[in-house]
Order: sequence, then C-alpha cells, then structure tokens
Amino acid sequence: MTALDQDCPSRVDAKASSAKRSGEHGLGWLAVSPAVLLLIGLLFGPVAAVVLFSLTDWQLGSLSFHFIGTANFRTLFTDPTFWKALSNTLVYVAIVVPGTVLLGLVVALLIEASPGLRGFYRAAHFLPVMSTMSAMAIVWGTMLHPTIGLVNRALGGMGIAGVNWLRDERTALLALAVIGIWQGFGFAMVLFVSGLKAIPQHLYDAAAVDGADGVLDRLRIVTLPMLGPVTMFVVILTATRSFEVFDSVRVLTGGGPSYASEVLLHRFYTESFDFLRMGYGAALTVVYLAIVVLLTLTQARLLEQRVHYS
Amino acid sequence: MIARFSDRRFVGRVARHAILILTAAFALLPFFWMVSLSLKPPEEIFQADFHFWPTAFHGVENYRVALTAAPMFRFLLNGVLVCAAIFALQLLVCIPCAYALAKLRFHGRDTLFSAVLVGLLLPPQALAIPHFVLLNVFGLLDTYAALILPWAISTFGIFLLRQFFRSIPDEMIHAARLDGLGEFEIIWRIMIPMTAPALAAFGIFSVVAHWNDLFWPLIAVRREEISTPALGILLFRDDEAGQFFGPLMAGAVIIVAPLLVAFLIAQRRFIDGLAVTTTR
Repeated sequence: MTALDQDCPSRVDAKASSAKRSGEHGLGWLAVSPAVLLLIGLLFGPVAAVVLFSLTDWQLGSLSFHFIGTANFRTLFTDPTFWKALSNTLVYVAIVVPGTVLLGLVVALLIEASPGLRGFYRAAHFLPVMSTMSAMAIVWGTMLHPTIGLVNRALGGMGIAGVNWLRDERTALLALAVIGIWQGFGFAMVLFVSGLKAIPQHLYDAAAVDGADGVLDRLRIVTLPMLGPVTMFVVILTATRSFEVFDSVRVLTGGGPSYASEVLLHRFYTESFDFLRMGYGAALTVVYLAIVVLLTLTQARLLEQRVHYS
Repeated sequence: MIARFSDRRFVGRVARHAILILTAAFALLPFFWMVSLSLKPPEEIFQADFHFWPTAFHGVENYRVALTAAPMFRFLLNGVLVCAAIFALQLLVCIPCAYALAKLRFHGRDTLFSAVLVGLLLPPQALAIPHFVLLNVFGLLDTYAALILPWAISTFGIFLLRQFFRSIPDEMIHAARLDGLGEFEIIWRIMIPMTAPALAAFGIFSVVAHWNDLFWPLIAVRREEISTPALGILLFRDDEAGQFFGPLMAGAVIIVAPLLVAFLIAQRRFIDGLAVTTTR
C-alpha cells in the first residue's frame, strides 16, 4: 500500500472501475459470443423452425412446401395412434415414477441404516444407471423370451405358466415399465442418500428426548418429513426422464403389438425419420414440447412452494 | 431389556441384508444373465435346466464371432472419439460464457442468463428435425460431425459452471488482475483449477449421456463404421450373426463393459458427479 492509494482511494477506485467497466463489457461479449451464436443456431432457431415446419406440408427431399395452417395438428388430433401413444406414455410414467421413487427410497433408507456392506450395495444398485440402455434392453429381451427367458423359467419352476411378455398386448407396456424402474431406481437411491446425509443429527436427538427413539418413530417424525424436498425432486426428475422413454421401446417392441406399447417419442421418431413425414413430426414435436415445458414449469412451481415450508 | 434390544437389532440387520440382497439381485440379474449366456453354446442356452456356469465353455467362440461379425472395437473407439469431441467443444463454449455470466458485468447479461434457463427446459429430442435438416443442408449427415455438432452447446453446462464460478470470491479475481493477469489467465490459472470437481462432474454427466445415447445416432448416421456403441449393438443384433444369443450377449458385454469398469474404478467420483449435476 502506497501513500497515494491511501490519500485518494475514491478517485483511484472510480477511475479504475470505469475503465474496468468498459473493458469488462467488451470482454464479456467476447467471452459469451460463441455460446450466444450456438444458442441461436442450435437451440432457439431450431425451436422456431419446428413451429414453422408444423404449419407446412414439407417432406424431406422435396423442394417445395406450402403453408397449410393447422392441418397437421388436425391430422394429429384425429389420429387414434397419437392418443394411444399419449395415454401409453402417461401409463408408463404412472408406473415408473412411484416404482422408482419407492424402491429408491427403501433401498436408500436400508443402505444408510447401518454401515455393513454399504459400499457394495451402493455400487450394485447404481450399476444399471451407468449401463447402455440399448444393449441392456437386448439383454432384457432375452430374459423375457417366452421359452428360454429367465423370467418364464423361474415362473415355470413355481408351476406358473409364463407369458410372451413383449408380444402380448396386455404385458408389453408393463414389461417396459419394469425395465424403466430397473434402470432408474439406483439413481433415485443416490439422491435419497444425499438427502439423508443432509439431515442434522440434532433433530434425531431432539426426537429422542421427546421419546421418539424407535426406528419407525424416527422415520415418521424426522426422516420422512425432512426428505420432502428431495422426494419432490426425485419425482420430477423421474417423471421427465420416463416421459422421454425411447430406447427400450425402439429395441424391444417397436411400439407393438398393435400399438400396445407405442409412446410419444417413438411415434415422433417413426413418423419423422421412418416415414419422413416431417410436417406431421414437427406438429407432434410442438405438442411434445408443450407438454414437457408445461410439466417442468408446474413441477418447478410446486417444488418452490414445497421446499420452502420451513 | 438389553438382551431384547440387541435381539431386535440383530433381526433388523438380518432384515436389512435380506431386502437389500433381493433388490441388488434385481439390479444385477441382467448382468449375470448376459455374462452367462455369452459363455454358452446354443444347445445349452436352449436346454430345459439353467446353470449360471456353462458345462461346455463356449466363451472364446462367442466373443470371437461378436468381434469379427461386427466392428465392436470400432464402435467403442467411435464412442470415445465422439464423447471426447463433444465434451471438449462444450468446455470451449461453456467455460468463457459461464465465467462472463458469473464474474463480468456487461449489458444483456441477465437476458442471456434467462435464455440459458429457458434452454434448460428444452428436451433435446424436440430439436431433432431442425438439426437433421441443418446437417442435411451442409451435407454432414452420416459423418462424425453429425454426431458431435448438435451437442456443442450445453445450457446445462453453462448453468452448472456459472454456479460454481460464482462461489469463487471476487477478491481473488481482483487480486489476480492487480498482479497483471489477463482474463484468459484468470480462467486458466484460477477458475479451472478451483472448480476441477465441478468440471469433472460435468464431464461424467456429458460422457455418460452421449455414450449411452441411442436416439440421436439412430437419426444422424447409417454407416456401421461411424456408429457409436449404443447404435452399434443394435446394428449387430439386426445382423445375421446377431440372431444367435451367445454372440449377441458377448457383443452386449463388450459394449457395456467400458463404462461399467470406469465406474467401478472411480465409483465415488461417478456417483457424486451425477448427483451433483442434478441437485445443483
């Protein structure tokens, strides 16, 4: 520190900060310019393009297109397969979310209950999260094979006649949902474990003073209420992820039999890239986008309300 | 009283292990099944009773078929190449942007940050058609570029790194500027080393997502030579040799193994990384 600095700090500061401001302004824009260009070119531009496409009859490869207004949307909304795909997706989400969250919660509570084999259990349950779904879906396909599959072998051993799980209209979607739970519950477990670790010990001590020292009492009075925000978060995450189910459907059922396991994203893929009906595909994208954004926003609002209850 | 108490604890422990072994079995069964089938000859796969370990070891044959009928190592190499390129591009774009959003003052900063937040809402699959058309216009479909370029921007990466950069005290940056460090040096010598865990977490998130992705490669490429692992195993299944369960499962083992081995070596880093990237 020199005497000059101490004598007139305000003037020096003002000069420095104004010079710094204009310098920062240029630097700031220089630093963000690649990101801004890519945001426009790869994100917001394409969203606008999708909306535009959805209003045309354009097909890939053809040079001309016409604006046809909302015709694509009318076709979409009168198409029974669209409604089938939408309701299947909702059923899928309605099975996978509670299954994943409950299983993840139970496993997390048990893993954290005592240190025995903790590391092994955590790794074992997390393995499906890391594994490539398309390859593991193929493996599940052989496990659900009507004659040589592990599932029907096990059922047969207990004297129960198996089903051709993936080719039966009644079970195809359910089988895919079980695979979805299999892949996701380890991740829910990890999130719950970090939630459990964040619960301060003094709450348990206080509960013990009040006479709540049984396992179930502790769970009911302290653990579960304190896990509220994490639970909400896991629900949201699982819901958005299962809403995007695609890999297992594409690999195992192709949406069949007779659309029994058709889901939104797979419908979108087949219409756009197998049949090259881009206008229809774009209309489907707009609907899909609207649902996902709406879902995320309502849930985010819900989350905000619930998290700050303390 | 004490005896009863410890009895109950003992029962509790046994119950804990009983349930966890059951759920772990659910999680691990497909892996055991996959490895078991990859070691068996066809007759044994189809015989009525099931043993985990084959009576006639057919592993060498199955893995040889998988490796020769499809370019498995090529798929893995493509996976490494594509994931590395995507992550490198993402860092190149995200780090300066996140630094500017966290530490520099400039007009439009808040607008840009709002745009990033909106971008977080968009499911990437919804952009598939325009990305496809864009790549088609530039004649890039069915190339590595098609697999890499659409992922060059990650609003998630910008968001995550901004949060971590903000946690570094301004005083450190002021001090560095007084020492004559330029902004680039500040990023390179202070921000990056101090947020290494966040960068690692983002890296794990990015690599796991793109290594496992099937949706986009299925749209962007047709050629087997540039297929990524998730697409490659599907091409192998729909191929002639993939009709046999033994080689098919051997192929699945080869595709799934690298990421799982990496995970088992650096478990904590993977779990913490993926958890951090979501609980932000």
